[in-house]
Amino acid sequence: MELWFEEHNTDDVHFALRVKKQLFSQKSDFQQIDIYDTYEFGRVLVMDGAIMLTEKDEFIYHEMIVHVAMAVHPEVKKVLLIGGGDGGALRELCRYPGIEQIEMVEIDPLVVDVAKEYLPAVASAFSDERLNLIFADGLRYVRHLKREYDLLIIDSTDPFGPGESLFTREFYGNCSKGLREGGILINQHESPYYKNDAQEAHSIFSKTSKIFSTARVYQAHIPTYPSGHWLFGFMSNCWDPIKDHDPERWEGFGLKTRYYNSDLHKGAFSLPTYVRELLTEGRLIDD
Amino acid sequence: MNEKEVTRSYNLDQTRAPLLQALSEYRKKRVVSFDVPGHKQGRGNEELTRFLGKDCLSVDVNSMKMLDNLIHPTGVILEAEQLAADAFGAARSFFMVNGTTSSVQAMIMSTCLPGDKIIMPRNVHRSAVNALVLTRALPVYVDPSLDRELGIPLGMSVDAVHRAIKENPDAKAVFLNNPTYYGVCPNIKEIVRLAHEAGMRVLVDEAHGTHFYFSAELPMSAMEAGADMAAVSLHKTGGSLTQSSLLLLGPEMVEEGGYVHQIINLTQTTSASYLLLSSLDITRRNLALSGEEIYKRVINFANYGRCEINELGGYYAFGTERCDGDAFYAFDSCKLPVHTRAMGLSGFEVYDILRDDYNIQVEFGDMGNFLAIISVGDRPVAIERLIAALGDINTRFASLPEGMLVNEYIEPVLAMAPAEAFYANYECLPLEECAGRISTESIMCYPPGIPILAPGELVTDEVLSYIKEAKERGSQMTGTEDPSVENLCVVK
Repeated sequence: MELWFEEHNTDDVHFALRVKKQLFSQKSDFQQIDIYDTYEFGRVLVMDGAIMLTEKDEFIYHEMIVHVAMAVHPEVKKVLLIGGGDGGALRELCRYPGIEQIEMVEIDPLVVDVAKEYLPAVASAFSDERLNLIFADGLRYVRHLKREYDLLIIDSTDPFGPGESLFTREFYGNCSKGLREGGILINQHESPYYKNDAQEAHSIFSKTSKIFSTARVYQAHIPTYPSGHWLFGFMSNCWDPIKDHDPERWEGFGLKTRYYNSDLHKGAFSLPTYVRELLTEGRLIDD
Repeated sequence: MNEKEVTRSYNLDQTRAPLLQALSEYRKKRVVSFDVPGHKQGRGNEELTRFLGKDCLSVDVNSMKMLDNLIHPTGVILEAEQLAADAFGAARSFFMVNGTTSSVQAMIMSTCLPGDKIIMPRNVHRSAVNALVLTRALPVYVDPSLDRELGIPLGMSVDAVHRAIKENPDAKAVFLNNPTYYGVCPNIKEIVRLAHEAGMRVLVDEAHGTHFYFSAELPMSAMEAGADMAAVSLHKTGGSLTQSSLLLLGPEMVEEGGYVHQIINLTQTTSASYLLLSSLDITRRNLALSGEEIYKRVINFANYGRCEINELGGYYAFGTERCDGDAFYAFDSCKLPVHTRAMGLSGFEVYDILRDDYNIQVEFGDMGNFLAIISVGDRPVAIERLIAALGDINTRFASLPEGMLVNEYIEPVLAMAPAEAFYANYECLPLEECAGRISTESIMCYPPGIPILAPGELVTDEVLSYIKEAKERGSQMTGTEDPSVENLCVVK
């Protein structure tokens, strides 16, 4: 018997992985969580039917959501991570000794438990003593913030489901209030390709660009995400990701990375024309 | 509120849903229809069927034997109405498909003849004012009292009603809101007692009070207070489809039930929608079986929202602490009215900003407040979004409250009977030229749809400056013949 996991990218496009075995399946208070062991991508974390990460390509997403900001901000001491219950972004953050405090606000405790048990290489930093792990609604948490963080990372699921409120104007507005002077906000910015994702990417950009004086988008190639082309947002009221990029300082950290590097940092902000048009005008690829 | 019964037991089997059952059976039978509606279970209108769904269109059908007839119910509709009466503690109920507007009109038309007086607060919905035109009844307006700090009209003091009853012993009925749009309730039990003592009927607009029937923590319902008739918008907070409504009769009206039915049939459609009717039946069952639990959750949501909004600063989400034992006798905790004036923004403005910038639609905004309605359909994430958006608006816009009008209620000067003014010869003049004239039409912010000016009322400077200010603050004005609401029709 052949077992396949299919992710519905659109009504007409499915992405399928051949599965060795299903390792875990449970509905939490917030979402359906599954772990599959697959032939090509190793273990795969799936939430509400959407691939969150695979063992094989997760490094791309997690390096890109962390290192870009770390190569711009001169001194990140306090970080707020919203979502990211799998621990991948946390793992990358914990590689910086200069970071003194990491607060992680995840809505679903089961995601953390599952990651620790089935994805130990991703969930490797939960014992870091700089971490303060809080299980709470992200939107509710940021409401109370007042200029506290140097770096705020939104590592959320898609805007359909428990991550819904993390794509709203009120969320970004309250996040901006939570940043210290010179703070940077990074978010996963959906994909520019398929219509539903692309509309969301445009909607995110039109909200964030109204709130931050600098709102830039960068990209990465993530094979298991819809269309493989994924975006991230870089927002700040102080730093520009290119002009203020400080490769020497970052190289000084001596981190070994497999996707991110200082040349790619600049290139990642060079967007295809259709993506630029999508972000600024909302024009879809087949418009 | 402590007089309220904790749990009501039902006389009928509330697990039944006769209309739902009959429609399900109809669908299973796959009847070949050579009757109306012409779309014939959706086959004749593909686009509509795609949009609304096949299941929906397949039960959009006409009255027939197995599905009964709203005009003259003897089968499943009658049983569904009896179940609803039982669930709401009424002696009789009517399913209404022309909105609660038709329920309100049926109440007034059933109790007042041309020239009869009816005692009512002026902050009634336009449907009540329109019923005055239809019946040619004469309103005796009672000052609803005003909360001066919030600028909102309240629910009438017992003394004011008592005075009106004494001064107008010939009045046929007392009409009241339970609650008002803002969630304010009068001392309904005492008002019922006084009115009945004087031989007057008590008619209650409970458009926003469905949930009162299913929770001991909420204000007293009209039927429990012994009122004669109540118009209940099951769709507003109960979960039925928009436009579906209930008209309830108290025990003393039962003998007149047949007459009330004839009055309803004067204006109600003969092609009642089974989508609306079944939604009433299903909703009644849901509320009878789980209403208490549902509204406990709703009250918790609303109270949580109130608490958190009050901590944001700049806003005042008011609640039971405003109760004064009189015109603000009780408060509907499922409502979330928020006073915004201390922040320097009008309720209209916050209403607009929430919609335009945050994609959040609240019920209405007025000069100094906006209203969020919490109901059977709310989720924690939605409340969190509202609170966070208000916090963000505060950060972005807060300023000092200067030069803003305070009062939401303007004392009307009734110069002519509403019907007489409505049917009078009239001319349309630019608003600013109307001072001193008698209006033949209503003008209101919609929602809430409570007329600022109603037919027969004198156009005063106060009214004109309110309209001007409301327009400047972005309120959606309606009611006039002139779609742009620049001109007003006045008696010639």
